[in-house]
Amino acid sequence: MRLAQQMAVASDRVRATAIEATEFPDLSRAYRVMAVPKVVINDRVEFEGALPEAEFLAAVLRATA
Amino acid sequence: MYIIQPMAFLNAQTQAEVRKQFAALRDPVRLVVFSQSLDAAELCAQNEQLVREVAELSDLLTLEVLNLAIDRQRAEAYGVERVPAIVVEGARDYGLRFYGVPAGYEFSNLIDAIVLASTGEAALAEETRAALAGLAADVDIKVFSTPT
Repeated sequence: MRLAQQMAVASDRVRATAIEATEFPDLSRAYRVMAVPKVVINDRVEFEGALPEAEFLAAVLRATA
Repeated sequence: MYIIQPMAFLNAQTQAEVRKQFAALRDPVRLVVFSQSLDAAELCAQNEQLVREVAELSDLLTLEVLNLAIDRQRAEAYGVERVPAIVVEGARDYGLRFYGVPAGYEFSNLIDAIVLASTGEAALAEETRAALAGLAADVDIKVFSTPT
């Protein structure tokens, strides 16, 4: 969450939404949340667990390519 | 004589820790809470109470409670579609959102978001900033987590 929030503050293009998975079972199902944290970017790129900054950025860029 | 008070989420120790982090606050932050009495009423009440307790820990924080069904234009402007939700807004809307009661692990994320929105300063590498500055499309990042 930390990197997503930092990126949101750094860019007007970026929005970061923290979702409490157990309170939104419909969303968790729709996004196939099996483990947390799970990150989904533009509904296109997804990964589980924390990534280093450079790899997180690469995922963001892949999602907008 | 009894005075009935709502159960407090934050104990004295947590309050002290949050106050310490709030020493870094610079500009005012508005916490906009979205609730809806017909949908997840209990969770919405808990969410309001928690955010209220956080807002009381600094003079720089203000709380606004809106109703998803009634305040539709505001919800649409913020892109909020579900409740309970929290928008953390600093000098401008940075796009910081929370769905669900931010207890446990999410609580520290909420405090981080408030400090970030207040300072507007992201701690990112120069390369990351440059890449983000060049973004040609909007980026929606959803991070799913659980309280524990």
